[in-house]
Amino acid sequence: MTEGLAKTTALPEWAAKERPRRRRWRTFLRNRTAVAGMVVALLVVWAALFAPWIAPYDPLAQNVFYRLTPPERAHPMGTDSYGRDVFSRLIWGARISLAVGVLSVAFGMIAGSLLGLLAAYRGRTVGALIMRGVDVLMSFPDEILGIMILAVLGAGLDRLIIAIGIVMTPRFARLSYGPALAIKEKEYVEAARAIGSSDWKILLRHILPNVAGEIVVMGSLWTATAIRVEANLNFLGLGVPPPIPTWGNMVQTGIDQLTYAPWLSLFPGLAIMITILAFNMLGDGLRDVIDPRLQE
Amino acid sequence: MAKYIVRRTLLAIPTLLTVLTLVFLLLRVAPGDPAVVILGQYASEETLQAFRERMGLNRPLWVQYLSFLGDLLRGDLGESLISGIPVAEQVRAALPFTLELTASGILLGTLLGVPLGVVTAIRRNSFLDYFGRTFSLAGLSVPAFFLGILLMYLLSIKLNLFPTLGAGNPGDLLDRFFHLILPGLALGLVMTAYVTRMTRSAMLNVLREDYIRTARAKGLREQVVLYRHALRSALIPIISIIGIYSVVLLGSSVMVEIVFSRPGLGKIMLTAMKQRDYAVLQSVMVIYAAFAVFINLLTDLLYGLVDPRIRYD
Repeated sequence: MTEGLAKTTALPEWAAKERPRRRRWRTFLRNRTAVAGMVVALLVVWAALFAPWIAPYDPLAQNVFYRLTPPERAHPMGTDSYGRDVFSRLIWGARISLAVGVLSVAFGMIAGSLLGLLAAYRGRTVGALIMRGVDVLMSFPDEILGIMILAVLGAGLDRLIIAIGIVMTPRFARLSYGPALAIKEKEYVEAARAIGSSDWKILLRHILPNVAGEIVVMGSLWTATAIRVEANLNFLGLGVPPPIPTWGNMVQTGIDQLTYAPWLSLFPGLAIMITILAFNMLGDGLRDVIDPRLQE
Repeated sequence: MAKYIVRRTLLAIPTLLTVLTLVFLLLRVAPGDPAVVILGQYASEETLQAFRERMGLNRPLWVQYLSFLGDLLRGDLGESLISGIPVAEQVRAALPFTLELTASGILLGTLLGVPLGVVTAIRRNSFLDYFGRTFSLAGLSVPAFFLGILLMYLLSIKLNLFPTLGAGNPGDLLDRFFHLILPGLALGLVMTAYVTRMTRSAMLNVLREDYIRTARAKGLREQVVLYRHALRSALIPIISIIGIYSVVLLGSSVMVEIVFSRPGLGKIMLTAMKQRDYAVLQSVMVIYAAFAVFINLLTDLLYGLVDPRIRYD
């Protein structure tokens, strides 16, 4: 009786392999907010990748005859005081926000997880020192720390990515530290050590895969944070220097003209908001898939 | 409790010291000789040397560090490399504007966020909950400076209800209050979104606990269960969230001050940054850092107040 039952419930090998991943994917697809977030995020990625083909005008081309035109058919988001097309600048601006968001999170993810793993694995002095540094960095507000690092590095796209990457690093260190500390005590790590695996091999082959899921999920959520910090720093004029369009500096230059040309600030501001919203929704959905206990 | 307060306050000192050291070191490794940056590359060597002498830039690093700490202890923040005005004077003029702004934001975020979070958790999946969740997701995604611009556009430019720029006449309290409303709302509403969301999930976590079921089973009134049993233990994560977010809000206040042209610390910092005035930049950073350390300390002290287990640790 029991034998027969076992036979009928046994799955073919391919199905058994496919199942967890497919189930997760289905959970994700059922979450409408998360899917909407993903669609919008992909749209922004698409706009950024194909900016030269999508943008109707050159984002830097000035046209004295079309200064401060309100939104109309030829310029759906109007033009700025140099006669540049706001819609085209917006599309090109997506490149900066995404590049900074994704690359700085990648920077923080790699540097932070390695530091966190190292701190957990080494424990004692090295671990305490690393985590103490993490605490100190985390006690600063993101933007203030970013400004401080930019004061040292100077302005520019590459420096902005590094600065925000450093701002993101301590979060990832703290995220990977806890689980790594627990996994370190597991038998299979001890077994790996017993057969003489090197520290780095243990860290990367045995400990990292166990915390990778969470790191990636929080990475998508923190991309939203990174884009916010990027918008803030560019808004202050400390990131990418003009004339390169960024959403932050577009909002900034529009403030003085808010009374008679509100489209200058409002459209790029909405773009920032929608992009951050999309990454937040996507990240929330992914987190629910990885850790259903957190579902609200 | 008194012992806990003293101990925790003393613990903040090494943190503050590390943070100060970080600020000091970071700005020392900044590229470029400050003397050349300020006086220009065509300044004569004598002028440069005199400048370094006056600013103490040619002393060994550790001497500079010790005098930096000593000056701080005496409340001396040095003087601007550019204008020569004592930084302490500038900071004293700007600090009240930043303080009133951040305090009103934190107050608003707490007073709106906690009740909203509790109500949405209790009335889970109701219309109110749905509304609250949508509001917080939107609020989490709008940078405070852009919310400020939206409020300014709608309420002061279109409807002409509030003043647009500045912080008001310092002597006129009512005028100052009117100038505070929009920037305070910009910071406070974003914080409300965050606090609502976190309070809701903290409450939901507690409401799932066995002792809540026990409390209900033994026939306690729902009000008692919710407020005496659930909210009290949810208070710990809620306080921690308010603490964490207050630091985030401190960062956002820089941009909001710029949007509304408020003469606060953010403006001093940005001007110093653009002029490469490291003396001013360093002092303003120190103030922001001290501010953040103080918020963290206050959070921990509140912990001790709500949770006796922490006090007797």
